[in-house]
Amino acid sequence: MSEIHLDRDVLSTLKEVMEEGYPELLDTFLNDSEARLRVLHEARDAEKLSATAHSFKGSSSNMGALRLAELCGELEQRAKQPSLGGIEKLVNEIESEFAHVRTLCREEREGFHC
Amino acid sequence: MQSSSEPLTVLIAEDSAADRLLLSTIVRRQGHHVLTAADGAEAVEVYLQQRPHLVLMDAMMPVMDGFEAAQKIKQLAGDQLVPIIFLTSLTESEALARCLEAGGDDFLAKPYNQVILAAKIKAMDRLRRLQATVVEQRDQIARHHDYLLNEQRVAKAVFDKIAHSGCLSAPNIRYMQSPYALFNGDLLLAAFNPAGDMHVLLGDFTGHGLPAAVGAMPLAEVFYGMTAKGYGLAQILREMNAKLKRILPVDMFCCATLLCLSFQRCTVEVWNGGMPDGYLHDSLSGVRTPLPARHLPLGVLTPQLFDDRTEVHPMLLGDRVFLLSDGVIDTTDDSEQLFGVERLQQVFAANREPDLLFEDIQQALRDFRGEARDDFSMVEVRLVAPTQLNPPPPVYSDSGQSSPLDWSVSFEFRAQTLKRFNPMPYLLQLLLEVHGLRAQSGALYSVMSELYSNALDHGVLGLDSSLKRDASGFSRYYRERNLRLDELSDGYVRVHLHVTPNNEGGRLLIEVEDSGEGFDVARVLAQPQDSDRLSGRGVSLVRQLSQQASWSDDGRSVRVEFFWEALA
Repeated sequence: MSEIHLDRDVLSTLKEVMEEGYPELLDTFLNDSEARLRVLHEARDAEKLSATAHSFKGSSSNMGALRLAELCGELEQRAKQPSLGGIEKLVNEIESEFAHVRTLCREEREGFHC
Repeated sequence: MQSSSEPLTVLIAEDSAADRLLLSTIVRRQGHHVLTAADGAEAVEVYLQQRPHLVLMDAMMPVMDGFEAAQKIKQLAGDQLVPIIFLTSLTESEALARCLEAGGDDFLAKPYNQVILAAKIKAMDRLRRLQATVVEQRDQIARHHDYLLNEQRVAKAVFDKIAHSGCLSAPNIRYMQSPYALFNGDLLLAAFNPAGDMHVLLGDFTGHGLPAAVGAMPLAEVFYGMTAKGYGLAQILREMNAKLKRILPVDMFCCATLLCLSFQRCTVEVWNGGMPDGYLHDSLSGVRTPLPARHLPLGVLTPQLFDDRTEVHPMLLGDRVFLLSDGVIDTTDDSEQLFGVERLQQVFAANREPDLLFEDIQQALRDFRGEARDDFSMVEVRLVAPTQLNPPPPVYSDSGQSSPLDWSVSFEFRAQTLKRFNPMPYLLQLLLEVHGLRAQSGALYSVMSELYSNALDHGVLGLDSSLKRDASGFSRYYRERNLRLDELSDGYVRVHLHVTPNNEGGRLLIEVEDSGEGFDVARVLAQPQDSDRLSGRGVSLVRQLSQQASWSDDGRSVRVEFFWEALA
């Protein structure tokens, strides 16, 4: 399991690609992710859970949030299994990992100068 | 990271706002124009309105997922290739297979890699352009094909008009041709000459398609033109051969059988160059005499080497001449075996109803092969009484104001000329300048031809017409005629024409003299007038057709008169 919350190499590539749009990308990612977290907490059916975890995994991987992407991947797989045990624990883990990522993203945003 | 090729319009369908933003930025920076959609339904809508070149499609989206949207877009695109690259963090092979089934052309895994994305867009653009080229070329081929078909239709209409300007619809002709036989090189022509004799040509050009058909034009022109002017088979054949030799490339020529059926003389004259055997069917005995090819096809030999020699066969009323193209006997079965002449003769032998011969042959071809070739032609011409036919009156284009009414002219045709020149068409053309004679052009032509050939055959060449009493004597007669003509070194035929006004109309006096031995006029005239007889020096024919006929100088000189009334 990766211990990297936010991959610096990925971030520098993103900065290069996005240029002045970089802060907007960070904001968009955070907003998206918060919305997804809410869905994860509220979701009662496995399909919804799995689909949301899948999307969350995709965008986390794009942002270099490797551990977050891994956790989402785990949740996606777990949600496909017949017994939904341990789901809540995973969602909480995702929430706390996201909290780390959010802090790092905000620092990143504040430190960005075009 | 500018793309080297032309900028594309790229639709990005992705429900995750951050991914959409990131991807849009990457693609825009590669020089393309970007459209975005947040779900599948929106993607289809944007596609419809803006027709992007390429789609980047997230597989898992709300409202309508990427699979369904991809299918819809592919459907809308029709022939156009709109490459769809699925954006996916899917890893299971089953899910990837679903992307392909939905019409996806490629995948792009998250996290996105700019270099790979650029390469994929480029590859997909190449594919898209290739497809566009293929579609364009396909459409072009389809257009050319339509164009060609249309040209063929037009050409067929023109050729049909030429082929059917003759007398193929005469009651004694039956023919069967596959609709596009002409485009396989088959040509069938028929026309009456001024004497009411019928010329029939069945030809088969080498090759297929338009090139095979183009030679038909000049051939038909010569056939109709010279037949209408009263030329005999030999001159027509010479002209056709010379013309085709001149205009056709070396590897193109025309196999042909040319017939002249004389309903008055009850004969058929045949020249066969390279065609399958024709058949002369004796309706009484049922015997079919083959009319084999004795010559090379038209357009092969130079005029110096061309052989225009024909064969003449006697016919009785109801006898038939049957001609066919090689499409019939060269029909092959599944094992490449030819239908062949023997099977054709079996059909002949089994044929009970002569009028159903074509149908019997077609049935035999079907039994043999299952389907008939599309380039077969068959024609059958029956000898009928002249009264059963109505040759169309010749059409003249002049007003008649310049009709010459008081003149005479004399010709002497000597040995070297008699060998190879038939003056009849020229003399007839001259006489038809006299308007009053045009109404009787058929009789005039028949009488002139008869007098001329009597003077030549029986006078100059000294042939005995009694030879023609039976069929074998008939062929002996024509063999002997060719021989004596070849050896001819002296002798003459003189023709004098006198046209004088007479009351309101006029009078034509024809005198023909020859250098021969003459004949016992009183004895020949005493024989009953019987036009069915093969022999008799054509005397009865001349007497039937002209108003006055008299012989003098022991039969070496003959005078015939034609009169006409005032013209309306």
